Amino acid sequence: MTNSWKKYILWFAQEHLDFRVAEFNSIIKLFGLKHRKLNDNTLVRSLNIIYKFLISFDKQKPFWIVEFANEESAIKFASRSVSLRSIYELWGHSNNLKSFHEKLQDSIKTKENLMDPYIQKSFKIVVETYNKHISQKEKVEKIETLEYLPFQGEVDLKTPQTEWCYIEFYGLDPTAVPSEPDDILFGRLVANGQRDLIKELSLKKRKFIGNTSMDAQLSLLMVNQALVNNGDLVLDPFVGTGSLLVSAAKFGGYVLGADIDFMMLHGRSRPSRITQKVRERDERVRANLEQYGCGDRYIDVIISDFSNPLWRQGVEFDAIITDPPYGIRESTEKVESKTTSKQNTRSKDMPHYPSTSHYSLQQLYVDLLQFSAHHLKVGGRLVCWLPYHRDDYTSEMIPQHSSLVLVGNSEQPLSGLTSRRLLTYEKRDINAPDSAQLSYQLSNSYDFRDRYFNNAPESRTERRMRKAEQREIGRIEALKRGKVIIDNKEAKNNLNKSRFQ
Amino acid sequence: MRLSTYNFLTSKAIKGVKVGFPLKLTIAKQDVVESEFNPTFIERLLPRLDWSGIRLAAEVAGLNDDIPAELPANVAENEELLKKLHHLLLEIDVLEGQLECPETGRVFPITDGIPNMLLNEDEV
Ligand SMILES: C[S@@+](CC[C@H](N)C(=O)[O-])C[C@H]1O[C@@H](n2cnc3c(N)ncnc32)[C@H](O)[C@@H]1O
Repeated sequence: MTNSWKKYILWFAQEHLDFRVAEFNSIIKLFGLKHRKLNDNTLVRSLNIIYKFLISFDKQKPFWIVEFANEESAIKFASRSVSLRSIYELWGHSNNLKSFHEKLQDSIKTKENLMDPYIQKSFKIVVETYNKHISQKEKVEKIETLEYLPFQGEVDLKTPQTEWCYIEFYGLDPTAVPSEPDDILFGRLVANGQRDLIKELSLKKRKFIGNTSMDAQLSLLMVNQALVNNGDLVLDPFVGTGSLLVSAAKFGGYVLGADIDFMMLHGRSRPSRITQKVRERDERVRANLEQYGCGDRYIDVIISDFSNPLWRQGVEFDAIITDPPYGIRESTEKVESKTTSKQNTRSKDMPHYPSTSHYSLQQLYVDLLQFSAHHLKVGGRLVCWLPYHRDDYTSEMIPQHSSLVLVGNSEQPLSGLTSRRLLTYEKRDINAPDSAQLSYQLSNSYDFRDRYFNNAPESRTERRMRKAEQREIGRIEALKRGKVIIDNKEAKNNLNKSRFQ
Repeated sequence: MRLSTYNFLTSKAIKGVKVGFPLKLTIAKQDVVESEFNPTFIERLLPRLDWSGIRLAAEVAGLNDDIPAELPANVAENEELLKKLHHLLLEIDVLEGQLECPETGRVFPITDGIPNMLLNEDEV
């Protein structure tokens, strides 16, 4: 790749803002892209972004200006980013209209040879007024202010050879739209980001889903955080319906999953679509991958309890991505050694489901970090969610391990006062992971489920939904123990007996 | 269950079991799922696999003639072998069968292609 540094406009979707910087950094790292962050004025201050802006409000802005070493870099970036709508080669930018037009005319003159290839091409100019609605007529008027553009090709609104975009940015506050735009930008469309993939992988059309399937956008963000690339070996130790593996396989990963839930992996758990009474025969993680043309990269799912060792020493994964159970919509559990009193109620030919005990989040994270320190390749990443009650959050809550460096920490607020963070860890280049120290500051008594149920102020709907979830948990647990539920009363009793009291 | 997965699994979870590898594999019913040959993936997979486990898998699958006793040094240039490994490790799918712990004899069933490695409460 030859270097010809150019500025690009990155236009992001205004969603999951806290994930933008982390995703940007991950993709840059994944491809080893050379880039520079510009900071010559207001808009571009948001470019400081990349390392500094976490405390400023600029990170909220949907437009960044980034300098890439060449156009291939910009295209590569767009080939992975799910936060990105589009990327444009920057031709003009200013914070007031007058100087914008002067600058644009100037750069057309001085960079004549760069404009040359596009002059004869058919084209289209898109007008975007961010945070301000304008009529079609006004849009045309804006285009007319650009009459000095040297384009000689035909206007082609359907399939133009080049697409240009004129952007006026009116801030982010819909209640205080300024009369003049804060920023004006003009650029040539280079590539679109991966927003379409979010639709393509939508859970609405997914073959096999469950109560805790991860939505397509967040799954894709996780896979980018994990730097998953062609030919990587990827594990989800709490795989459920495999929504994370779908995204991983979409980006070339070969995927393995494990889960404690026999009924789930065999597609025999209760369907979670209201419209569906029974699951179809082939509702499996594998069918999900096949649905998106990634069947070749499905390796296996295994029924196993993460709290017990399973994998051979020396097995190395390129990435581990997971959404562990929080104990709310599914139970956190592990097989426990204890003598059960119920043995006699079971007949011999009934499948045996071991009794399980509560698997605390604390212990689960300790196990997860320890496991990752052992089974990730050097430079490989663990990407996982940590739920918490917002009042409780301190940075000490984040589990630490001496072999793993925390490289990403993005918040997604959930309902009420609960929230979760997507944590990204990278395995350090050290020889002795065994000497690793694990510090996990969640106090022993910290119990997210407890906090969630007992301390979060809830709305009526939340309460109703929670109750429904609890009933469902009770039902599933009963089913798992081989019980046949006859009526609602019994379900209720099961609920009362269950540990969510 | 693919035979690459077979190479990853142990019965270490059982109380008192130290290594739990290789498990004793029995195949009752298998399928062959053709999949795209990706030499880079196989090359990257090989160092993570245990060669004796690969040999055992080949034996059970009746493919021992395909797999040499030792991993040749120049395997990356040996496309023929990479293809055979691809077939053995990724295309053979054990639908019904079992995995047996080499130390305790505990049997883990494979049903409908999915191994069940769960233990009972008195085994962990
Ligand atoms: C939040 S869900 C993951 C959902 C998944 N991302 C999906 O796409 O469906 C957590 C999963 O962990 C499983 N699980 C709970 N305890 C476990 C344990 N001890 N070992 C392995 N899996 C466990 C549950 O059965 C559940 O499927």
